[in-house]
Amino acid sequence: MSEALNELGAHIELKRPDCVIGWSIAFDELTIDVAPANIAPFVEFLRNDPTCRFSTLVDITAVDYPERSKRFDVVYHFLSMYQNHRVRLRVSVREDEMVPSIVPVHPSANWFEREVFDMFGIIFSDHPDLRRLLSDYGFRGHPLRKDFPTTGYTEVRYDEVQKRVVYEPVQLTQDYRQFDFMSPWEGAEYILPGDEKGDAK
Amino acid sequence: MMDGSKFDDGSVDALSGEQQIRNFNINFGPQHPAAHGVLRLVLELDGEIVERCDPHVGLLHRGTEKLMESRTYLQNLPYLDRLDYVAPMNQEHAWCLAIEKLTGTEVPRRAQLIRVLFCEIGRILNHLMNVTTQAMDVGALTPPLWGFEEREKLMVFYERACGARLHANYFRPGGVHQDLPDQLVDDIEEWAIEFPQALSDIDELLTENRVFKQRNVDIGVVTEEDVLQWGMSGVMARSAGMAWDLRRAQPYECYDEFEFQIPVGKNGDCYDRYLMRMEEMRQSLSIMRQAIVKLREATGDVLSRGKLTPPKRGDMKTSMESLIHHFKLYTEGFHVPAGEVYAAVEAPKGEFGVYMVADGTNKPYRAKLRAPGYLHLQAMDHITTGHQLADVAAIIGTMDIVFGEIDR
Repeated sequence: MSEALNELGAHIELKRPDCVIGWSIAFDELTIDVAPANIAPFVEFLRNDPTCRFSTLVDITAVDYPERSKRFDVVYHFLSMYQNHRVRLRVSVREDEMVPSIVPVHPSANWFEREVFDMFGIIFSDHPDLRRLLSDYGFRGHPLRKDFPTTGYTEVRYDEVQKRVVYEPVQLTQDYRQFDFMSPWEGAEYILPGDEKGDAK
Repeated sequence: MMDGSKFDDGSVDALSGEQQIRNFNINFGPQHPAAHGVLRLVLELDGEIVERCDPHVGLLHRGTEKLMESRTYLQNLPYLDRLDYVAPMNQEHAWCLAIEKLTGTEVPRRAQLIRVLFCEIGRILNHLMNVTTQAMDVGALTPPLWGFEEREKLMVFYERACGARLHANYFRPGGVHQDLPDQLVDDIEEWAIEFPQALSDIDELLTENRVFKQRNVDIGVVTEEDVLQWGMSGVMARSAGMAWDLRRAQPYECYDEFEFQIPVGKNGDCYDRYLMRMEEMRQSLSIMRQAIVKLREATGDVLSRGKLTPPKRGDMKTSMESLIHHFKLYTEGFHVPAGEVYAAVEAPKGEFGVYMVADGTNKPYRAKLRAPGYLHLQAMDHITTGHQLADVAAIIGTMDIVFGEIDR
């Protein structure tokens, strides 16, 4: 399995050395790092090349790493039903950077890119219809960013006086409890109760 | 006059002579019995012909992926049940496979067989629901009543295995939660003998039914090109003549040792998909029978005992380490080595995948759930354009849309 993937990775790098920044195989899966500017022609190459034939777009998503300067990884998954293999493309982008849309190559990218825009605020250039997809009409913020609180900022309820649904700032009767079960011996970042006395001496 | 130029009382239409014709926009849903949940379609109609279809999704969005980032791997498992609530265990399967891939866990043989058995029960649960409610969308009332009776029996098996009818939380990383009692295996086998009769009853009601055929034949045709462009999978892809099934193409668990056929469509229309779902149920039944035979021989543990799984109850009474391990497992959870992985299963609706980024802690750094229905619904505009308004309900039904997994 991984031998075939090795060959495939080498083949892709040989054919498009300008697009491939690097590739690796982990858990029997091929991952290719691509520069944002080249993504659209590279995806088209993957679809049309007879050894690759990645004709099905499986998924587009993103991962947020707030501490990095290139904050987001946009991750594409492709599948070839003809050659029976998969590939993952990874594109690192800064927060203010735009990613070229691949809708002209794969129409199914439409909703995926809308969802990534909705959830992460990554803008896809040349997307035909970049509206929010999953969140509420008139929603603000990008929920899957790590700095977005799980509780959100607004809550809704039906107001009996106004006879309609009203939006209000979130008010929790009890603080949202983020349980931290990490063992204090491995990587706990908080100070255990009582430990602060030790430093005072 | 019928053309509106003059009414009975002698008054005249202000727009007499030239009729203003314009397209009509209607809202289909979000509360519509044929919308299979909370689907809102904004349809642009020219007479009765659909010109454009804009699905508005997200009314059932619960932020599952966000919630998963703050919970341990084990606590996240029940969220998977709530995605495609028609066949819950198939989703859990993908989650477990992803964790097992990252940690390199080997699942014991008996647990693999139980998983196959319950995945196929899930497939029948799903197809029964889909075939019969789709029939209801096109005007038949009896099939859902008959289908739900069989579904109820299957849910009892769910309940007897894990204690819950719907939200099972039964598959665990490293195996399944509890072993099946022998009596349950016998009862499932008995059901598998009776079920073909119920299936052929439904078959008799629908397959040659004139109304059913008029509503489904040549409606919602998908071609191989559509399948590739719109990323369809499962029955939708197979109806266009592509023999693609992950159980066969990229076997996971122990599907490679089972004998089953993959029904493939010829015309890619709604009627083909109905026939294929019926046949898939028969194939699932055959897999279940094979699994039961193997299950009787494979006696052994159902969990690979280790870091991922709880210790035996008996050990906890005698061994302090086991007690500590049990406590730590259900509070801190287990740690998964850093890495990213994509695991996919052939869920009843198509390819259900879990993309997981682990950072070495007890919680996933990012989990993305790839639902098959999401892509099928996206192709809605492409497929329904040019169809009649009444066909929209038939097409939604046959696409097998469940909002739990689309909105997540």
